[in-house]
Amino acid sequence: MIRVENLTKVYTTPDGRQIRALDGVSLHVRRGEIFGVIGPSGAGKSSLIRCINLLERPTSGSIQVDGKEMTRLSGPELRRERRQIGMIFQHFNLFWSRTVAENVAFPLEIAGWPREKIRRRVAELLELVGLTDKARAYPAQLSGGQKQRVGIARALAAEPKVLLSDEATSALDPETTDQILALLRRINRELGLTILLITHQMEVVKAICDSVAVMSQGRVLEAGPVLELASRPGSHLGRMLLPSWNGLTPSPGSSLVALTFAGQVALEPVVTRVARDHGMDINILAGELDAFGSVPVGRLLVELPRVGEELQAVLADLSARGVRWEVVARG
Amino acid sequence: MAEQTILGLDPSRIPDILTATWETLLMVGWAVLGILAFGIPLGVLLVVTDTGGILENRPLNRVLGFLVNLGRSFPFIILLVALVPVTRRVMGTTIGLRGAVFPLIVAAIPFMGRQVESALREVDRGLIEAALAMGATPGQVIVRVLLREALPGLIRGTTIMIISLIGYSAMAGAVGGGGLGDLAIRYGYMRFETPVMIATLIILVIMVQLIQWLGDWLARLLDRR
Ligand SMILES: Nc1ncnc2c1ncn2[C@@H]1O[C@H](COP(=O)(O)OP(=O)(O)OP(=O)(O)O)[C@@H](O)[C@H]1O
Ligand SMILES: [Mg+2]
Repeated sequence: MIRVENLTKVYTTPDGRQIRALDGVSLHVRRGEIFGVIGPSGAGKSSLIRCINLLERPTSGSIQVDGKEMTRLSGPELRRERRQIGMIFQHFNLFWSRTVAENVAFPLEIAGWPREKIRRRVAELLELVGLTDKARAYPAQLSGGQKQRVGIARALAAEPKVLLSDEATSALDPETTDQILALLRRINRELGLTILLITHQMEVVKAICDSVAVMSQGRVLEAGPVLELASRPGSHLGRMLLPSWNGLTPSPGSSLVALTFAGQVALEPVVTRVARDHGMDINILAGELDAFGSVPVGRLLVELPRVGEELQAVLADLSARGVRWEVVARG
Repeated sequence: MAEQTILGLDPSRIPDILTATWETLLMVGWAVLGILAFGIPLGVLLVVTDTGGILENRPLNRVLGFLVNLGRSFPFIILLVALVPVTRRVMGTTIGLRGAVFPLIVAAIPFMGRQVESALREVDRGLIEAALAMGATPGQVIVRVLLREALPGLIRGTTIMIISLIGYSAMAGAVGGGGLGDLAIRYGYMRFETPVMIATLIILVIMVQLIQWLGDWLARLLDRR
């Protein structure tokens, strides 16, 4: 649905300095998925998402949305294409002088919809985001979560193919964040809407993303399905998600191994079974159980009293049972 | 000197005072229309052609900025005299209502342009971006976002403009436009009829207070933030 290739964005500051905010970024967002981009402040996340609907003109590279090359569109073509791309913002960007209903109507008004059709569509959208009773309120009278729901309704008004979200939950408290994320998830499922969101909150990725790209200093470090990345040994995402195991050393004759259980395995007593089958004691040093969407993911740091070929046999057994492992240190 | 007076004011002067008040209102009213008609587009241009604006055009922005500053640096009284030939060409006369309105408009356009500019700059960039992201044309952004969101600020700016205009209209009136300024000079200054002078001052004070009050009320009513 969205294909970004070799995208570069260089800003020139007023004093003539050049800032390379995006440095050869490529990614592919599939139709119907929620794709998250995560990275520290200044990584280039906002630059990336703003290049997609050309709020920021890329310095070089290609951006395709639903097969259309965005960088080559003329002014009117670009405006038509933008109507197919909804966008929500960290600070909501609602029109203060307009009521909730008038805010939601804005994209339809500028697209020249007839009055009656606008009225019906707005009612439908307010129903969808649960704000029917606030139709005549002004944004200043709403809470942060309500404002973002208006933002979402407005972004969906013209029935876009894609929704871009620039830190949509960063200004909200945790509880409201969960509500907004649940709403985005529902929209994604019910309307089949493709969502590209950027965030610096791992919670967001864990809660609703199907795929993720990790960005740093204008580059994509890694990208892929969240579960796969999270359980891939040595991945940046895995490291961001988990307590660091640094500084631990195994006793002689044993090894430290990090185990990742994704999905059903996370709920099975794999460790005790492996311990029994190999006739050894397994020492659990640290661990946590987490969830990605509705998929449970368990991580354990264990000490196995095995080295060399005996260790390989245990690891092979773990692999056979669907556990991913990474040897952290050998004794 | 008349025998019967109202607080020292000769009643036979009252029709003159009423006429002068009406002339001032007409002069200011017509001038306000002209000033808004040119000042609003000027202010919009100053904002949208600026660096990072939706119709960025640095050369045009610099030229406009220069002209506005030039216009604002002229003392009104000098502009009034300097404009006489232009006024005659454009309005057909240099006296009366028509003769006075023209220099008022010309003198206040740059001032109004700046008032509009500063009101529009108060509009959050994020709102403009949101509209652009929804596929709005520059014209739609100007009318449906910039001007609409800035409405309370535009009303405050217009209020300030009208109040200074009342002061200027007295000067324009004095050089042949009629109105309260003319009256105050003719009777109060040249004939030492202080009560007429005081009456015109009272009327001017009431006008200014009323306009300020109305402007504040309207701006507050429309401010939804
Ligand atoms: N308009 C601009 N002019 C100059 N430099 C810019 C501009 N916008 C962004 N930058 C720079 O580009 C880099 C990437 O910024 P960007 O906003 O894309 O990062 P981000 O990942 O969204 O960060 P954050 O999490 O803080 O929002 C930063 O170094 C930033 O200072
Ligand atoms: Mg950002």
